Amino acid sequence: MINNLNVLLPEIFLTISIFSALMIGVFIKNSFNLIFNLSSIIILVTIAIIFNNYNSSEKIFLDSFSRDAYSNFFKILILISSLFVLNSSKAFIIDSKLGKFEYPIIILLSILGMFFMVSSNDIILFYLGLELQSLSLYILASIDRDNLRSSESGIKYFVLSALSSGLLLYGCSLLYGFTGSTNFDLIANELNKENIGAVFAMVFILVGLAFKVSAVPFHMWTPDVYEGAPTSITSYFAVVPKVAGLAILIKFMHIPFSNILLEWQTIIIFISLASMILGAVAAIGQTNIKRLLAYSSIGHIGYALAGVATGVISGYESAIVYIAIYVIMNIGAFSCLYLLKKDGEYKEKISDLSGISRKHPIIAISFLVILFSLAGIPPLGGFFAKFYVFTAVLEQKMYALAIIGLLTTVISAFYYLKIIKTIYFDDSVITFDAPKNKFAQLSILISCITLLTFFLYPSALNNIAESLFIY
Amino acid sequence: MIEIGLGHYLSLGAIVFFLGVIGIFLNRKNVIVILMSIELILLAVNINLISFSIFSGDIVGQIFTMLILTVAAAEAAIGLAIIVIYYRNKGSIRVEDIHGMKG
Repeated sequence: MINNLNVLLPEIFLTISIFSALMIGVFIKNSFNLIFNLSSIIILVTIAIIFNNYNSSEKIFLDSFSRDAYSNFFKILILISSLFVLNSSKAFIIDSKLGKFEYPIIILLSILGMFFMVSSNDIILFYLGLELQSLSLYILASIDRDNLRSSESGIKYFVLSALSSGLLLYGCSLLYGFTGSTNFDLIANELNKENIGAVFAMVFILVGLAFKVSAVPFHMWTPDVYEGAPTSITSYFAVVPKVAGLAILIKFMHIPFSNILLEWQTIIIFISLASMILGAVAAIGQTNIKRLLAYSSIGHIGYALAGVATGVISGYESAIVYIAIYVIMNIGAFSCLYLLKKDGEYKEKISDLSGISRKHPIIAISFLVILFSLAGIPPLGGFFAKFYVFTAVLEQKMYALAIIGLLTTVISAFYYLKIIKTIYFDDSVITFDAPKNKFAQLSILISCITLLTFFLYPSALNNIAESLFIY
Repeated sequence: MIEIGLGHYLSLGAIVFFLGVIGIFLNRKNVIVILMSIELILLAVNINLISFSIFSGDIVGQIFTMLILTVAAAEAAIGLAIIVIYYRNKGSIRVEDIHGMKG
């Protein structure tokens, strides 16, 4: 029993500290700063606790909760990315008068939900983790409650996400009925393609998961929510839930659905192709940077799903490498948005960027690096991410997927380069305030350096990803 | 008399489930109706789980149902809260009026 609690230590620590932080916030007036710094410390300590027992591989509570290198890696990725997202957006949160102490606490709660989600080895635990995450995200989307756009994005996200949770849950109930168990390993033994009911259930579960990672055709909430929610929340939405969603998607494909590979492969290939094409085409006409990044994130999820669609371990690894580099690029891109401040107002139109290379050469060059990397231009990090995915796809002889994927890369390069053209060659209109947000600058610096020097040792992430599937 | 078996319960679950899904897409009037449709979907899942649990003699499905009931309550609470703040900003919760962002 005590041993079980040791395995669960990161989650227990996170839960207790969330409740303590909530108590402190209730009893101390104007405690946003205090709670905010406390949450950063909680995240750091949790990282340390996970590292302390990184390579142990154990399943507890009737095999419903598994802690292994796979879940530990994703937990650390989730924690580090939310640490960067939180701290780089702190100045934005205060400027936009969102500085309520609940803000970091709800973020921590959603992290707790993701922890249970990536560690789950049982449908029930998976569903509860997913709901804890989604319920926190509903609140976060509408956190700017006096703003019409924020509350509208909240209502849209709530309705569509609740519908997709319902579909997923219906799939879970059928899966339970037709395999007689809720445990992933036992389901994997029972599943085969003669079991029509379970294959039907798999489709419903895939719909729910595709919604959570915002893949086409379940993407319709993404642009509206990204545009309406405050930028600090948008950056959180664009990074952290995507990581957790992809982690559990790969786990579903790898463990419970491994026997019906041919059935789900077609669906994932379709979803991946549709996301890549829509991400490339629909982003062209956008004028709002947040909306453009929404479509770009749809496209990037399409590339990551192309890796999953191969149905082999090397493909899953390439998808994991892709999502890790995607996180680095998006943290950098959103940190740039926090520096575009003029008279206390944050600009988010592409036309506001015009000609900033003359007055703000450093912001311009970091935009250049990040956008080139998003477009996948060598030798930046984004190129290697796409390279690994398409190598894995070609190894499985899925030529159509690889060709269409590469074509959409070229199309999407168009709108990234259009922004760079606006930054460097258009007439200068706005002079932004001198950037004061130190942590945003730091995360831009880290992101740019990682992307620029990735080619020196490109197999670093690959080696980590390879070690995740040994259990 | 016909014997009521697992198939009948599953059909009932499927009918209630699709009523919920159709309710979300066809409704153009009021967001509250969408909230009710979501509840309907979750209850359909509960019917499924309980009938599977009874007919296979496995208790796990009933435990799952209990957990889903609590989640459904939490979801309804948060949904209503979001609808309230939307109403305060906009003065209306008609589904047709929720189109501030497009493109």
